[in-house]
Formats: sequence, structure tokens, C-alpha cells
Amino acid sequence: MGERSVGVQRGDLPASESDTVGIAFDGVGKAFGDVVALDGVTFQIERHSRIGIVGPSGGGKSTLLQLTAGLLEHDVGSINVEGETSTQGRLSRCAMMPQRDLLLPWRTALDNAMIAVENRGVSKKDAREQTRPFFEHFGLAKFEDVRPDALSGGMRQRVSFLRTLMAEKDILLLDEPFGALDSITRGQMQEWLLRALGDVPRTVLLVTHDVDEALLLSRTVVVMSARPGRVVTVIDVGMQTEGLSRREIVTSPEFIALKEAALEAIE
Amino acid sequence: MSAKASEERTADVMTPEPPVRKRTSGFVRFWRNYGLAVLFIIAMLVIWELWIRIFDVPKYLLASPSGIWNSLQKDWSRYLEPNLWPTLGEILIGFGISVVAGVGLAIVLHLFAPLRRAVYPILIGSQTIPIVVLAPVLVILLGYGLLPKVAIVALICFFPIVVNGLDGLRLVDDDFIAMMRTLDATRWSIFRKVEFPGALPSIFSGMRIAATFAAIGAIFGEWSGSSEGLGYLIQASTPNLQTARIFAAILLLTLIAMALFGLVSLLERIFCPWVSRGGVL
Repeated sequence: MGERSVGVQRGDLPASESDTVGIAFDGVGKAFGDVVALDGVTFQIERHSRIGIVGPSGGGKSTLLQLTAGLLEHDVGSINVEGETSTQGRLSRCAMMPQRDLLLPWRTALDNAMIAVENRGVSKKDAREQTRPFFEHFGLAKFEDVRPDALSGGMRQRVSFLRTLMAEKDILLLDEPFGALDSITRGQMQEWLLRALGDVPRTVLLVTHDVDEALLLSRTVVVMSARPGRVVTVIDVGMQTEGLSRREIVTSPEFIALKEAALEAIE
Repeated sequence: MSAKASEERTADVMTPEPPVRKRTSGFVRFWRNYGLAVLFIIAMLVIWELWIRIFDVPKYLLASPSGIWNSLQKDWSRYLEPNLWPTLGEILIGFGISVVAGVGLAIVLHLFAPLRRAVYPILIGSQTIPIVVLAPVLVILLGYGLLPKVAIVALICFFPIVVNGLDGLRLVDDDFIAMMRTLDATRWSIFRKVEFPGALPSIFSGMRIAATFAAIGAIFGEWSGSSEGLGYLIQASTPNLQTARIFAAILLLTLIAMALFGLVSLLERIFCPWVSRGGVL
């Protein structure tokens, strides 16, 4: 466990002894019938750090996120999310952004983005007022009252991400957030997300099969094996990316070296 | 959707325009949707009329379109109109009751799984009882008036609404529910914001099927014992070989059923604007 962090504390979260530990997995295993999805997964995530999880498809990465969020119960081991170990407790700390944007087709972009605010008991009108200011920043201005079917894939993902952020959870679980986008849009969204995440101190757990995406968006990359999912290696990215564009980062020798290490670990 | 293409290019300078919905005139839309059906109906009527004239079919055997038209004008105030309103009333009241009860039961059964398991088999089983046999029993039970007819219409409409409603509620994507749970939604909130709106198109499908059944229910009810209604009129006109009047009554029944169907479709358009459909019918 790391040292006591001096990161920005958000007022609505109780300060406790779990201040420094974001998420701790200890020997976590999960099987679906005879299929072992995860086996002996152990690693820790410091609060307000960003972790990328890469690995081949079907390696139980998404299962790990669902376990973290408390949407599933693990078979063995323990999961500690900011001191919470019960499924309900974990659920209260995590917000998940799924691969499919899962926008409700009967709600406008604004009404989709504000759904977590509404769920806190805020009236529709007030929830709209709280959410509207973010649309400009998310490149969604003027699209507040447009239904999802008229939005592009990139915009839908941004609405989905805003909806996740509006839940005001300390932990963001991003499950292949740009997996459904074409590669150009995907690159733009990664760059955008890099900046968006810089603005808010959150613990981010990003699952992806794209090594570039993991290295670009996280400070630590956990490489997992194919089924049964185990932790193969943990790569500390530790690159200085401040002020650099996505293109400059992904083409730097440092980045390429890290990528090679990660790809080697996956094989 | 030109906004899509322009947006993808620049994630940085994102100033796309919201899409503008293109409007086509009502007549053009109507013609595109129903033009062929209208032509087909006209062709059928012409052939029908010619057939009867050419082969000189006696009018007590088969009424001609012109004969039906004459009957509509001649019999309207004396026979058709007085019998139209009772049947329309039975259909609307029965259908209304079945919508409220059917959607209500679907919701209750969906929210309480043990109750669903207890009631669902009985619900399916009840549908194997032919309404034709049930109608006289209900007349004995509920008397000669409006009540048994309304009950039969409601019974016949009830089933498709419940089954479609339940399916719609059950088939909502689990991922949506998981997403709502991570956003602190309560069970009730998930129902209200995700499951119910998600099931609405399905509920409307059930209502549309029910709308076509409603007229049949009313006729069964009237045949089992009544002194008014279009079903009664058909029954009373048969021994007198008033074939044109019978056909006119059938035409009115068809129009009622189609109007009810159209009304349900219109309501679906209003309440489910995200569902894209070709025409109203």
C-alpha cells in the first residue's frame, strides 16, 4: 500500500483510513460454471490513479470490472473498494461506462447525461440545470435536445462518459469505452479523454484490448492473460506527457519501448 | 445526417449543427403508404360490382357495392345508426378496461416474480377456453345488458396486452439495468426510466392486436343475447335475407376496428417518438 496521498479530496466523500487505497484485489477468482474467467488476481490501485488493463479478448477483463462495481459476486478472494467490501458498498463507489454507450433512445442527450443526478432525487428541472453547463466542455453544445439516434458514435460516447461523470463517484470503470468506434474517431476520443480525466481527480480503471490506448490513458498498465485471466505483469508507464499531443506521445521512443514490453507480455 | 460526418473530422473544434428533420407533406406521405392499398380496394369493388351485374346475381344472395352503398343511406337512421352506438360503446369500454387491467397486471407480475410464476400458467390456460362458449355463460351470469358484452370484449383484448407487456418488460437489455445500478438507481427508478419506456412499443403492439379483436368480442356478446347493437342487427337481418344491410353493418364494424387500430398507432407515435415506423397502420 502506498503512502498517504495528498491528492485533492472531494467534500462529499468521507475521509477514512482508506484514503490511499483506491481498489485492492486479493486472490480474486471467478468462474461461470466450468469456465474459469479469473484466477488469483492480485493487485492494488492507489486512490486517484489511472490503471489500464490490457489482455486478449475473453480474458475476464470485463468480469473484473463488473466484480469491482459489485454487479457480480466473486467466488474466492477479496475486493476492497475504498474500504467497501460488500457488493452494495462497492456499487455505491463505482460508476461504469460500458462499451456500448447504452443511451436510452427515448431520452434526449441532456436527459441521458443527467440520469445519475435524477437518481439522487434531484428534480428533472434542476438535474438539467446541473448537467447543461458540461455540454459545451464535452463538445456537445446545441445537441442537448437531440435524441441519441441522431448523434454520431463519438458524440454518443461523450454523452455516455458525461453521464458516468455526473454520478460523482470516486471510481470510474471504463469498459472498452471506444471499442465500437472507428480508429480515427477513437484516436480523437482518446486525446479528449486524456484531457477530460486530467480535470477531475478520480480513480480510473480502464479495460481495453488496445495497448496504445492503455499506455496513453493510464499511469500503470496491468497485462492480463487469456482465460483463465491472471495478472501477467504490471508496467509502470511513468512517462511525462504533460503538454504533448497524442501523436507526439504515441510516436516517442519511450512509448514504443513500453508498447513492446506490453505486447511481449501479452504473448 | 450530415452532422455526423462533419463531427467525426474534428474532435477539437467541435461545432457541428444539430440535425434538422425533413418534412414531407401529409398527402405525399399518405399516398406513399396507402396508395397501393387504395387502388387495390377500388379494383376489387369494381370487379365485385361488374361480376354481380354481368352474372345477374340475386341481391338476397350477395349484395353489390352499390347495393351496400344504398343500404347505408336508406337504413342509416332507422337501423344502422341506432345499433352503431351500443356496439361502439361496448368496444371502447371493454377495450379501455382491458388496457388498464392488462398493463397493470403485466407491471405487477413483472415486479413480483413469484406472483408471475403463480399466475402466468393460469393466464395461458384461460386462453384455451373459447370465447364463443364463454359468451352465453357470461350473459347468464351478468344479465342481458351492456355488462356481459363489455366483459367479453375486455376478456378477448386482455390477453395480448398482458403477454406483450410482460415480454416487453422482461426483454429489456440487462446491460441497461446494470448501467442504471452503477448510477445509483433504485428498483423503482429502473422500472420507471428504463423498463417501462423500453416495454412501451411492445405494449402498443399488444394493444394493436387487441384492437382488432375487440369488435369480434362485441359481436359474440350480442349474439348471445341482446336487443341492440350491430351484432344484433346482423342476426335479425339474416332471416329476412337483408343481405345489403348485413354487409353495411359488417362494413361499419370493420371501420370501428380500423379506427381503433389507427387510434392506438397514433398514440404510439405520440408516446414512442423514438420508434421509427413507415405508416400509421
